[in-house]
Amino acid sequence: MGSITLQKVSKVFGEAKVIPSIDLEINNGEFVVFVGPSGCGKSTLLRLIAGLEDVSGGHILIDGKDVTDAAPAARGLAMVFQSYALYPHMSVRKNIAFPLKMAKMEQPAIDKKVEAAARVLNLTDYLERRPSQLSGGQRQRVAIGRAIVREPSAFLFDEPLSNLDAALRGTMRLEISDLHHQLKTTMIYVTHDQVEAMTMADKIVVLNRGNIEQVGSPLELYKTPRNLFVAGFIGSPHMNFVTGSYAQSKNAKTAGIRPEHLILSKDSGLWTGTVKVAEHLGADTFLHLDVDGIGQVTARAGGEFGAQYGDRVYLTPDEAKLHRFDDKGLALRA
Amino acid sequence: MARSVTTRHKVTATAAAWVVALIIFFPILYTLITSIKTEPEAIAGFSLWPSGTFENYITVQTQRDYFKPFMNSVILSVGSTILALIIAIPSAWAMAFSPTKRTKDILMWMLSTKMMPAVAVLVPIYLMFRDFGLLDSRIGLTVMLTLINLPIVVWMLYTYFREIPGEILEASRMDGAGLWQEIVYVLTPMAVPGIASTLLLNIILAWNESFWTIRLSTTNAAPLTAFIASFSSPQGLFWAKLSAASTMAIAPILILGWFSQKQLVRGLTFGAVK
Repeated sequence: MGSITLQKVSKVFGEAKVIPSIDLEINNGEFVVFVGPSGCGKSTLLRLIAGLEDVSGGHILIDGKDVTDAAPAARGLAMVFQSYALYPHMSVRKNIAFPLKMAKMEQPAIDKKVEAAARVLNLTDYLERRPSQLSGGQRQRVAIGRAIVREPSAFLFDEPLSNLDAALRGTMRLEISDLHHQLKTTMIYVTHDQVEAMTMADKIVVLNRGNIEQVGSPLELYKTPRNLFVAGFIGSPHMNFVTGSYAQSKNAKTAGIRPEHLILSKDSGLWTGTVKVAEHLGADTFLHLDVDGIGQVTARAGGEFGAQYGDRVYLTPDEAKLHRFDDKGLALRA
Repeated sequence: MARSVTTRHKVTATAAAWVVALIIFFPILYTLITSIKTEPEAIAGFSLWPSGTFENYITVQTQRDYFKPFMNSVILSVGSTILALIIAIPSAWAMAFSPTKRTKDILMWMLSTKMMPAVAVLVPIYLMFRDFGLLDSRIGLTVMLTLINLPIVVWMLYTYFREIPGEILEASRMDGAGLWQEIVYVLTPMAVPGIASTLLLNIILAWNESFWTIRLSTTNAAPLTAFIASFSSPQGLFWAKLSAASTMAIAPILILGWFSQKQLVRGLTFGAVK
C-alpha cells in the first residue's frame, strides 16, 4: 500500500514562504511527477513527504496514518537522490544491504534480497566494487537498488537523471518506467524536465512558486491547460502566445497555439512570416519565424519542410486546437 | 613536430622541477654533509666533500642524552595533537553541519590569532607559566602547543567535514539509521581520512615548533628543538655537532612524512583537490 495525502501542507524558511498551502491526493500505485521551474518548491515538497524537512503547517498522511511528525525512517518510504548519495566507503553490495542491516535483518536474508535486486538492475557483476569505480548510470542503479530492497510503500525520486548524459537519461527513463510496471509501487518523481514528466507520469503535478497550478494526466495537461503557466510549461517546443487583434477576434486576451498546430505552407495562409532559424531534424522541422503583425512564432512541420533562413512562408493556426485565455491568464473553454 | 615540442617541454619541466627541488632540499643536504665532517672542516668554509666521520653522532649521543629530548618531542607533538583533536573535532563538526550566521566570523577570528607575532605575547605567557609552575613542564608545553595549533586543526577539520555531502547523511536517515548508527557507519568512515591527515600534519607542526618550546623549557621538558639550540652555546659554535644533532632531530619526522606522503598532500592542499 502507498497512498499519500497532503492536507494544507505549508513550509516557511525564515521569511520566505516556499509553500503557502498544498492539498494533494496520491493514490496507491500511481506514478506522480512533480514538475516546475527551479525554485518552484517541488524538491521541498518531496523532502517534506520524506520527512527530511519539518512542515510548518498542515498534515501528511500515508495510508491514512498521520506521519507529520514521524522520523524519515518510520514513514516506510525510500528515496533516490540527484547526487545518488551512495556510501563511498562501502561496496555496492554493502550499499544495497545498508537499509536491511539497519532493519536488523538476518545476513542470509539480506544476501538473498541484495542478489535479487542486483539481478533486476544488472548489477550482479559489480557487487564487490566501490561506487567510485562505477559509471553514472550504474551508480544511479545502485541507488535504486538500495531503495527497492526495502520494499517501501512509495519511492521518492529527486531529479534522479539530471546528472546523466542525454542518451543515458533516455535509457534510465525507460528502466524506471519498467520498474514501476513490475513493482506497481507508488512513485513520486521530481523533475524540471517536462519531457520526463510527460513520458513517465500517470499524473503530473505542475508547481509554480509553491502553488499547484494544475494536476492531471499528461494528455489532460497538454490538451486542456488550466492557465497560461501550464500551457507554456507543458509541451516542447513551447506554445506560442498571441495577443492583440487576433486574440480579440477570438474573444480572448491571449490566444495560444502549439507549434505542431500551425499549418505551414509555401503558397498561402492566414499569416506571413520570415524564417529566422530552421532546425531540420529529419523526422520534424522546427521553424522559428518572425510573423508580420504577430511577432516571434515557432512552428513544427512533420517530416522535412524545405525552408531556410530568410524565406517567406505562410502559416494558418488550426482553429480547433486553439487555446484561449482571459485577462487573468485562465483558460476559457467554449 | 608536435611530438618533439611536447618532449622538449617535458624535459624542460622535469629539469626545472629538479633544480627547484634541489634548491629547497639543499639546506637539509648541507646539514647532512656537515654532520659527517670534522669540526675544523666544518668551520673551514664551503665544501661538499666531507671526510665521512661519524664521530659527531657518537659525541652528541655521549655528551648529551639524545633519547630524553626525543621522547619529549614525541610526547609533546603526539599529546598536543590528540588534545587538539579532542577539542577540534566536535567544534568543527558543529560548525560544518549546523552553521549559523556567525560561523564564518568565528573561523576568521580563530585564524586571526595565528596572524599575531608570537613574541607579542611572550612576556604575559612566560609570567603565567612561571606563576602556575608550568615552566619546563611537559604538561605546560603540551597545552601551549595545543593552543597554538588549534586554529589550524579546527580549520582543516572544518574543510574536510564540509566536503561530506549532506545528501549521504539524509540517505542514511531514510535508510533507517539512527543518530548513533549514522555516526558509526556513515559519518566516521567518511571523516577518518580527513582526521588522519590533520593528525599527521599537526604532529609535524608540533614537532618543528621551536619558538615556545625553546623559551619555555630548559632540561626536563626540552624537546629536540631545544636540544639542537643547546649546541650553539655556551662554549661556542660546534657546526659539525650541531648538524649531527639537527639530522637526528629531523630524521624521525622525515621518515614519518615519507611514509604518509599521500595523506599529507591531501592535508596540505586543504581539501582543495578532490
